[in-house]
Amino acid sequence: MNELVFFLNKGLISGLIIGSIYALGAVGVTLIFGILRFAHFAHGDMMTLGAFVTLILTAALASLGIVLPVPLAFVAMFPAMVITAFLAIGLDKTFYKPLRQAGARPVVLVMASVGVTLMLQGIIRLFAGVRGRDMFLEAPKEIFRIPFPGASRPVIITEPQVLLVGFVLVAVIVLHWFLTRSRLGKAMRAVSDNPELARITGINTNHVVWATWIIGGALACAAGTLLSMDVTLKPDLSFNILLPIFAATIVGGIGQPYGAIAGGFLVGFCETLAVFNWSILLRPIKDDLWFEVPNNMALVPTEYKLMVPFLILIIVLIYRPTGIFRGRVLT
Amino acid sequence: MMVEAGCYAIIALGLTIQWGYAGLFNVGIMGFIAAGAATSMIMSFPRNEDFWASAGPSMVGLFIVKLVLCGLALWAVNRSATWGLGPKLRALLTAVVIAISYLVLSDHMAAMSNEIESASGWMGGLGLPVVVGWIVAGIIAGAIAWFVGKICLGLRADYLAIATLGIAQIIKTFLKNADWLTRGTLTVSPLPWPVQTPSDGEFIFARASYLTVVAIAIVIIYLLLQRAYNAPWGRMMRAIRDNENAASSMGKNVNRRRLEIFVLGCVLMGFGGAVLIHFASIYDPSGFLDLNHTFLVWVMVILGGSGNNRGAIFGAVFVYIIWVMSEPVALWLFSMIGTYGEAWLGWEPPSDLASRALQMRVFVIGLTITLVLRFAPQGVLPERQARH
Repeated sequence: MNELVFFLNKGLISGLIIGSIYALGAVGVTLIFGILRFAHFAHGDMMTLGAFVTLILTAALASLGIVLPVPLAFVAMFPAMVITAFLAIGLDKTFYKPLRQAGARPVVLVMASVGVTLMLQGIIRLFAGVRGRDMFLEAPKEIFRIPFPGASRPVIITEPQVLLVGFVLVAVIVLHWFLTRSRLGKAMRAVSDNPELARITGINTNHVVWATWIIGGALACAAGTLLSMDVTLKPDLSFNILLPIFAATIVGGIGQPYGAIAGGFLVGFCETLAVFNWSILLRPIKDDLWFEVPNNMALVPTEYKLMVPFLILIIVLIYRPTGIFRGRVLT
Repeated sequence: MMVEAGCYAIIALGLTIQWGYAGLFNVGIMGFIAAGAATSMIMSFPRNEDFWASAGPSMVGLFIVKLVLCGLALWAVNRSATWGLGPKLRALLTAVVIAISYLVLSDHMAAMSNEIESASGWMGGLGLPVVVGWIVAGIIAGAIAWFVGKICLGLRADYLAIATLGIAQIIKTFLKNADWLTRGTLTVSPLPWPVQTPSDGEFIFARASYLTVVAIAIVIIYLLLQRAYNAPWGRMMRAIRDNENAASSMGKNVNRRRLEIFVLGCVLMGFGGAVLIHFASIYDPSGFLDLNHTFLVWVMVILGGSGNNRGAIFGAVFVYIIWVMSEPVALWLFSMIGTYGEAWLGWEPPSDLASRALQMRVFVIGLTITLVLRFAPQGVLPERQARH
């Protein structure tokens, strides 16, 4: 049974965790893609930015000597989400809005977002250095060891992982409620479906754009914080996390938040299961097999982890460019 | 320094035809440069006799045979519609063929890399003349571009950007980890030069002759591109860029033309990358950075004026000189800030101040891109619009 526990720890749980992170990021990307119609390359750095805002707030809270039952970083995340949302609107106002108003082609906006990526990267590294940091300033993170029947090793879940899964569930429910029930959410879906028609029916496009950046920025901050709570906070998150997020967005269908969530989990699970060493599961029954079990049966070596989202992306682009949830294909 | 600026000019020319002529957004320049550099290194580096004496060559040969067979099988499945297979069966067959060929190839690759690494360290080069290496470098980069372009060019530019970003990272990871092919992080040096190397001749003379070679290459490429730009082909490209629907309704095959120009641009990038790496004379797969090799080139192109070949060359030389000079300037500035901050404000500078100072350049590159896009989208030397 130890093998099964190993599979749970290394395969399912880490897939769930990384999938949640991708899902949170992909929701923002898909909304921006659907409403503003460009691929937002700065999203990975917005995550890092959010995580750093959280870190600063956490340090402030810790220096005040506040002790709470949940990690301070998790508490600090909520004001940080607000701050990041405002920063996102600020970025839009300074860099993207003038271009939009000048009637630039969408690809120019994509390029501007690449420029913003570099600027954010430069600023973050300038002020924070290049080393990794721990988000747990006051106490080490708690680790839950759940005994598994029939196995000597426990299932290991850490506190941030529990918080992450809980947060994603809540976020999905709130997002669903917002998009289907509230006036602004409905307006967002209308703009995403047909911007011209939405404008004619009197929807305030500016508010929709703000709402998009608020949701995108807040979720990016949450994803960055929770990811860096799970591992450590490193400033070089950007491009490595960007590709899986884009893959998740396109798999789910552009402009489809539910698709983005599904795509995020799909990419996350594919990635962890592809690098998972399957021979461990076969080891208990190796005497009954007709072949010799090699030491390493991972489908993809760990160094090439990035290949998995890329392959998913390519397969989707060839066979079903609309994605699973029938999103839009921008032409 | 002028040689490197010249190499960047070749790469920038490759990008300016992609972006300026056809409006293709390529953020994977680093990948094509790296692929070209590696190819050229393999082609022109002296032969590793240990490798040729071991079982390595036959395994590599077998690998290539298997690769070709898998490619043929995939092609046949793709073509099977003409033999009356339904779409569902075809999809199933494609999946099966991809799965089988992946397993076969990765299995063989693992065995091959173990064998080569244990027997002879690495594969070594083929010992061909350097110029052959450069040309093959361009061809390989073009072949990779063909695959990427075939998939993404039917869709909007955003997809191409995402895909090129991914392929660049993957090429870099592959080159870094494939010890049997490129010696991985151990780096390969010295790479041969097409002219006299500094070690066996006069230093200045060797560099000057290298510069001459680069300059000749730039002039030839520039003349060819200029001719293509004014030819019907170039006119058609600009028509497609400016109004895709109109061009396609005039009967132009938009995707095919785009694929052509994407491949052509990447050929130039591979070639330029190869020339660059031979001048540096050391092949280091972890030395390829997104910042130096992708975004710097972008700044060169949009600053110099996209769609204008002279603009690209000017931008490359100008930006490269600033780039090289910015490093000591940034370090000096930050050490000043550090010293005075310590003296006046009692502020303790962090120990990694020097590495942080270099991050300032990342910021400046990003700022330049956004500012140029906003305030001077035409660049310094704008594309000349013909008026009739």
